[in-house]
Amino acid sequence: MTTQHSGKKRSRYSAFQLFSKGLTQEGWPEVWSQPEMKSSYDVVIIGGGLHGLATAYYLAKNHGITDIAVIDKGYIGGGGSGRNTSILRSNYLTPEGVRFYDRSLKLYEELSGELNFNLMFAQMGHMSLAHDDGGMRTMRWRAEVNKAQGVNSEVIGPAEVEELVPYIDVSKNTRYPVLGALYHPPGGTIRHDAVVWGYARAAHEMGVHVIQHTEVTGIDVEGGKVTGVQTSQGRIATETAVNCTAGWASLISDMAGVRMPVTTSPLQAAVTEPVKPFLGTVVVSGTLHVYVSQTDRGELVFGASVDPFTSYSMRGTLEFVEGLATNVLSLMPSLSKMRLLRQWAGLCDMTPDYSPIMGGTEVDGFYVDVGWGTYGFKAGPVAGESMAALIATEKTPELIKGFGMERFSTGQLVGEKGAAAVGH
Amino acid sequence: MMQINCPWCGLRNATEFKQHGEKPPRPDVATTTMEQWHDYLYFRSNHWGVVKEMWFHSAGCRQFFTLHRDTFANKAIRSEGDPR
Repeated sequence: MTTQHSGKKRSRYSAFQLFSKGLTQEGWPEVWSQPEMKSSYDVVIIGGGLHGLATAYYLAKNHGITDIAVIDKGYIGGGGSGRNTSILRSNYLTPEGVRFYDRSLKLYEELSGELNFNLMFAQMGHMSLAHDDGGMRTMRWRAEVNKAQGVNSEVIGPAEVEELVPYIDVSKNTRYPVLGALYHPPGGTIRHDAVVWGYARAAHEMGVHVIQHTEVTGIDVEGGKVTGVQTSQGRIATETAVNCTAGWASLISDMAGVRMPVTTSPLQAAVTEPVKPFLGTVVVSGTLHVYVSQTDRGELVFGASVDPFTSYSMRGTLEFVEGLATNVLSLMPSLSKMRLLRQWAGLCDMTPDYSPIMGGTEVDGFYVDVGWGTYGFKAGPVAGESMAALIATEKTPELIKGFGMERFSTGQLVGEKGAAAVGH
Repeated sequence: MMQINCPWCGLRNATEFKQHGEKPPRPDVATTTMEQWHDYLYFRSNHWGVVKEMWFHSAGCRQFFTLHRDTFANKAIRSEGDPR
């Protein structure tokens, strides 16, 4: 099956179109199709998740490079992009981190219009609770770093916490009393599948080949340079390969002979049955290892820290649900009658300093955008934009200078551990 | 739940244990290069499939032992250690 690419204008989504399709009962046109894989591309992006598709999109849009294949062994957005808890925020701890994630948040704010795809970005606010003096100190530290970088964040007391979310137990009688919180109004949630589909649709329209159900089986390196990518559909000749495979990052990098400072851990999440809207912000507690948000459908989405040992297995465990329920209930006792609908796991590529690895490697033409751990989704747009700029211009953008692989040999690690949503 | 055979205590739930991960031999500080040292500190093989790791029975006998584990099937295969 071949499709025309460049020049094929997508139909624009609009309220009028929705109305007229409703009247005529006409079907919607295919958003993207599985194109015939060519034998060579300028750029091959391995991994059709948010990061891979965003990189392809910004390469095409900002740099005019459209001869790109995005290859995924499953379907697009089937990995971490479809398994995260879709929380966006930029209240990080290091100035590098704050600047980087704030750029991402700014891109997300404009993205629905830019992609002509409703991403349902709800900037409902984000609240990180502190339960002890150490926690309060970190929150004040983060608030000051954020303000210095122009990010809206402030420390609030238990009374304001209760005002924002009356269902939180702020009494002094709990094991971990709420002493205050870091409140970050621009934070919120977004529909993660829509972000992936929006990027795929826009990239496809500009001529990018999104090739699903095709596994990369090898990377050809000759004389320290990438010459091609082996896939289950045959070989692709290319001089540029980009590894955007998150939890599988080590396996793809191994194919190019690049060793990674990455370990893969499952991260589980769970969702309840839907109830009436009552939770107006995202609530995070690092001490209790839990984060809670309510979706537009009314379901409560719970997340926690990564599993206690590394694994490539994406199955849920009972001990996770038990621990999660205990912690959620000590935070919001009124949820005790809620029922869980399902739980799932995604794979996280953890780095030693909880910051990503972005940039070139010792193999010429082999780029990595990995090490995204538990914070990759909120960084999708800026990671795509930065990787696209790096690949097109061969100059590392200022925003990602600190995130190169060389930091592990110079010792200049970017410690983001204190700002992770919950402990790792 | 995954169960792990502790060489000292027998089959126990995985929640009793703590993973210490890949344990390559520590390079000799006198002769090692910076590159080897950083590799030892930060870089990991992160294999898919059967790996050989160090584990600690933290909520049990508090002994270290070597565990062969399948990271894809999420199964402990066998343990090595010297029970007293």
